[in-house]
Amino acid sequence: MTTLVPVRSRIDWLGIVFAALLSLAIVGPLVVVGTWAFTEVWRYPNIIPQQFGFRFWGQTLGRADVWNALVLSLQLSTVVTLLSAVICLPAAYAFARMSFPGRNILFFSFLAGHAFPKFGLLVAIAAIFLQLNLIGTFWGVVLIQLVGTLMFMIWIPVAAFQAVDRRMEEAARDVGASPFRVFWSITLPQAGPTIAAAVLLSFVGTFYETEGAWLIGAPGIRTMPVLMISYINNQMVIQYGAVLSVLLWVPSFIALMFARRVIGGGAFARGFGG
Amino acid sequence: MSVLHIADVTKTFSGGTNAVDSFSLDVADGELVCLLGPSGSGKSTLLRMVGGFEQPNSGRITIDGEEVTHLPPERRPTGMVFQSHALWTHMNVFKNLAFGLKLRRMPAAQIREKVEAVLELVGLAGYGDRMTTQLSGGQQQRVALARSLVLEPKILLLDEPFASLDQHLRERLREEVRDIQQRLKITTLFVTHGQDEALSMADRIVVMANGKTEQIDRPDVVYRDPKTPFVAGFIGTMNLIEGEVSNGIFVRSALTVPLPIADGPATLAIRPEALDLSASDIPKASVHRVTDYGSHGLVDLDLADGTRVKSMVAHPDMLRAGQGVDLLPRAFAAYRNNQQIYRS
Repeated sequence: MTTLVPVRSRIDWLGIVFAALLSLAIVGPLVVVGTWAFTEVWRYPNIIPQQFGFRFWGQTLGRADVWNALVLSLQLSTVVTLLSAVICLPAAYAFARMSFPGRNILFFSFLAGHAFPKFGLLVAIAAIFLQLNLIGTFWGVVLIQLVGTLMFMIWIPVAAFQAVDRRMEEAARDVGASPFRVFWSITLPQAGPTIAAAVLLSFVGTFYETEGAWLIGAPGIRTMPVLMISYINNQMVIQYGAVLSVLLWVPSFIALMFARRVIGGGAFARGFGG
Repeated sequence: MSVLHIADVTKTFSGGTNAVDSFSLDVADGELVCLLGPSGSGKSTLLRMVGGFEQPNSGRITIDGEEVTHLPPERRPTGMVFQSHALWTHMNVFKNLAFGLKLRRMPAAQIREKVEAVLELVGLAGYGDRMTTQLSGGQQQRVALARSLVLEPKILLLDEPFASLDQHLRERLREEVRDIQQRLKITTLFVTHGQDEALSMADRIVVMANGKTEQIDRPDVVYRDPKTPFVAGFIGTMNLIEGEVSNGIFVRSALTVPLPIADGPATLAIRPEALDLSASDIPKASVHRVTDYGSHGLVDLDLADGTRVKSMVAHPDMLRAGQGVDLLPRAFAAYRNNQQIYRS
């Protein structure tokens, strides 16, 4: 008889090192920024701040431009996401289900916007917007941010629509549903969670979008991230930027929680064809 | 009280081949007809044309005399059960069944009553609140059947509904579906590639190959009297032996069988159970392998030129590999040019 030696699961040291380094790279800056936000005095060479406090929170939140920027950012993200959904979802359905001349080229053109250095593209667009008097306007920023959402809002919903079982739709036709009713009652609910993921991604992505908002929006339109950059660039008080930065974690945190609850991890993976 | 009438229907897919080639069939009221054939024989395409999911290039389909050939699925009095059950996973069982009734603007109380009745019928009473993903494969397929039945379709269409189930479950569901179909007397068209399913369920079987009808008959007739070599080879086990006929004798290697037909090539078809073996001083074949199934035995034999034939015997223990035996066909048929030309 042979005795089976229990195989001891080996500890993957290399993996642990990689995971630790990665965590450090991600969490490290967050910790530093988070600490700064609650710091009143922190001088070299101390490792921890000499004095903690909420003084800069009061000062930051007391500023009218912060609140204006927050309201503006929320308005922008909402308008852009809604417009993007109205434009992209029907297009995504068409890409997923219909064949028409130029389908593939059009489809990949949505990727093209992300295939080149974005800043160059933005500068070119800014030149055009200048002619159209869109620089420094709300709708100018909406337009530029809309471009940024196209990829998510086309590619993920296309995958979602393609993943819907055609037999389910046929079964609905079979019991008497018109094509429109099938779309409304079967296709959309089936693709729903994944599409919700795309909408969420584009909302959060728009909220944090900086380059376009700054290049097209300045000086009239100042979104939260733009405001934060100007704080960091123009003022030597680090805490203003840190407080804003911590404030900006809130929407993405809420979005993530919402996403986990409503969508479940699988939907994101499905959206990317996983 | 519904009859289905398919007349001269042809469906050509891009590429030019005829998936269904001038096919005609009449299904009588309350009859269950099986479309049986290998994959690619056009049986599913035909079913989908009856359901309205494919448009025929020519021909007519009528239900109770009403032409439906070009109506969309939602306007046909047909109910289809799909191979993959195609239940709507975002709805519970009740909503799956109620969806079609709601589209017909039936009052809620009546919907509830009908859904409960049909769930009872398929043996799933009380399952209305379950999500479809919580059900087993057999239960899912029952719900799919119920979803079609609740609308009281004139024609029930079943597209290999048991293909994804295991053997045991398949046999049980087969009986259940047949019982329900007979109780409701619903005219049914059933697609399958499993001959067991067709033989055990159908009133009549349509054997299809390459988009064409090979034979339409009762199951016992299709088995006992296949009209073409394809049907002979497709249904059950059959020895199909190619040979030459001269002077009324069929010859293949050492096997000779009296066959009163004109001289020329012919295919001899003998069921294993109709091929007896006997010990002989001048053997015509040698035993290659004996398989004992308990109730009977199956013997693989080789003719002198290597042609393999099978024989079913009652006492396999009497035979050994390598032994020489004589072949005594009790019943056989002969085919020439794809047509049956002789039957003993």
